Amino acid sequence: MATETAEPVTVPGTGRAASVPGTAPSRIRRIGRAVLPGPVPGANGAALYRRWWLPWLWTAPAIVCAVVFGVFPFLNTVILSFTDAKPLGGAASFVGLDNYTRMLGDSDFWLATRNSILYAVVVVPLMVLLPLMLAVLVEKNLPGIGFFRSAFYTPVLASSVVVGLSWQWLLADDGLVNTWLQKAHLIRSAVPFLSDSWLILFSAMGLTLWKGLGWYMIFYLAALGNVPKELHEAAQMDGAGAVRRFWHITVPGVRQAMMLVGTLTGIGCLRVFTEIFMLGSSTGGPGGADRTLPFYIRDVGLDPISGNAGYGSAVSVALFVLTLGLTLLAQRLTKEDEA
Amino acid sequence: MTTAVEKPRRPMPRWREYGRPRELVVRYLLLLLVLGITVGPLVWQFLASLKGVGEDVFGADASLLPHHPTLRAYREVFDQVPVATYIRNSLIVVVLSITSQLVFSTTAGYMLSKPGWKGRKAVWVVLVASMMFPFESIMVSLFLSIRDLGLVDNLVGVWLPGFVGAINVLLMRGAFLAVPREIEDSAMLDGANEWQRFRYLYLPSAWGAIMVVTINTFISAWDDFLWPLIVLRSESHMTLTLGLSRLQSSSFGYDQRVVMAGSVISVIPVLVLFVITQRWFYRGVSAGAVKL
Repeated sequence: MATETAEPVTVPGTGRAASVPGTAPSRIRRIGRAVLPGPVPGANGAALYRRWWLPWLWTAPAIVCAVVFGVFPFLNTVILSFTDAKPLGGAASFVGLDNYTRMLGDSDFWLATRNSILYAVVVVPLMVLLPLMLAVLVEKNLPGIGFFRSAFYTPVLASSVVVGLSWQWLLADDGLVNTWLQKAHLIRSAVPFLSDSWLILFSAMGLTLWKGLGWYMIFYLAALGNVPKELHEAAQMDGAGAVRRFWHITVPGVRQAMMLVGTLTGIGCLRVFTEIFMLGSSTGGPGGADRTLPFYIRDVGLDPISGNAGYGSAVSVALFVLTLGLTLLAQRLTKEDEA
Repeated sequence: MTTAVEKPRRPMPRWREYGRPRELVVRYLLLLLVLGITVGPLVWQFLASLKGVGEDVFGADASLLPHHPTLRAYREVFDQVPVATYIRNSLIVVVLSITSQLVFSTTAGYMLSKPGWKGRKAVWVVLVASMMFPFESIMVSLFLSIRDLGLVDNLVGVWLPGFVGAINVLLMRGAFLAVPREIEDSAMLDGANEWQRFRYLYLPSAWGAIMVVTINTFISAWDDFLWPLIVLRSESHMTLTLGLSRLQSSSFGYDQRVVMAGSVISVIPVLVLFVITQRWFYRGVSAGAVKL
């Protein structure tokens, strides 16, 4: 429908023509919507724009960005994973499934996968519960509560690098935490938070949790508004304490939000990089023992000298499959939950 | 609560309205405890940055408060490290990102909110599909693209892959959909053309979403680490987060107070923005959930 013959459109009650010369109807015919009862012309995707390319012009940058820097890189990653491409260029040749067979026998890959999965297994339950408790704590409008809410949100604002630096100093052998623990005579020698590979991993998890608390607290605050106040009041009358009310009223009331937080943080855990980089140094812990999948992808795929973009892509595909699996699992759990 | 309804004439003392005294004390103690855990490390970082050379930052003798606060570390950080260059580079990326995100997410979001053109469902599908892939799983391929474009070690290469985010387009689309159709129709009767309706009717109505996009873009560009780490090579092109992380890894030559001063400098712009436009930050949190 490129050209449009003018329909006699009138404004009800006045009998005046709705079209003003040189405006809407000459370019668009959606004007009919305001004055005509019944089905809207062109509502089912029929062309309304006289210049059909106009909508495409307006959306082109977004389409280009989504295709060139979103969809294409993914397809390209899959293709690259069957080659031996180098990060700095040069001829790449097709190597079949070599990268995948190498990956299956690569103990470092499995270590990175274990670290990423362990990260999610430990962090997700805590990240689902702790911010919810925090939200319950700041939900009530007490004097000064706005200050506390804002303050709890500040770790979200700082970049992971800055909070990583801060934690690095706190957890150093002569850092604040060790000094205080020693002063309190809880430990004799410093806890090697930053040199033991397990402790680095758990410290990084702590950092992720600490940085995410405020974000999900705000997230839950919105959800808590939907939990009926009457339930709490009734339970209180019946003598239910704060803990019982939390488990039996608050938690069921925000189930959906909890599922969403669980999914989001699960995906987030598979993406962890900076925390390990900051606490376990650029090697990713002693001998790379704390590397997560993104860390490993960067190491094997993007190192300018020894990197193999083909192998890195194969690991990337593994990361994607893991993320997809987690998302599908979460969807399934949500559906079961709703049913 | 109920007694207040029964006897409206006798106002209760204000603090009674907030709950039983014991509950209040427990609440505030918990609040203070969490306050210490959440902002403690950042405050400690700030206090340490004010310490002079003579005061210990670490060890058993280190005190929390600086005895002789000084801004020495802040002067030093500019002298010893090209922090000014880092900040300039970060600002370049931030300004480029905010500009492109705003222009392209509003225009695309506007068109996607309009019925009546073929292919908009397909566009929507492409946008949603592009959000399915975690950045980390496509970064190898992204880097090869940036390399082929000759943008390695270039700030444009840092900005380009995220010049308009699908999530922001969908966010703007949602905001534009909320504009009542009747207003647009009357604007059309008044002879406003497409651009005028977009510029003078739709954009002002979507102010909240625009703020959310701006703030989210600012924070993610300012705080981003992994992608700049992959793309940038030379010191003169580094962004602030990258420069700071390098200070640490080569740390033992640097004065810790100076590195802390650098961290504080990097947090301040975000903190200021947060204090001014707080509620938009909170809105951004729920907007992030659209991601699924």
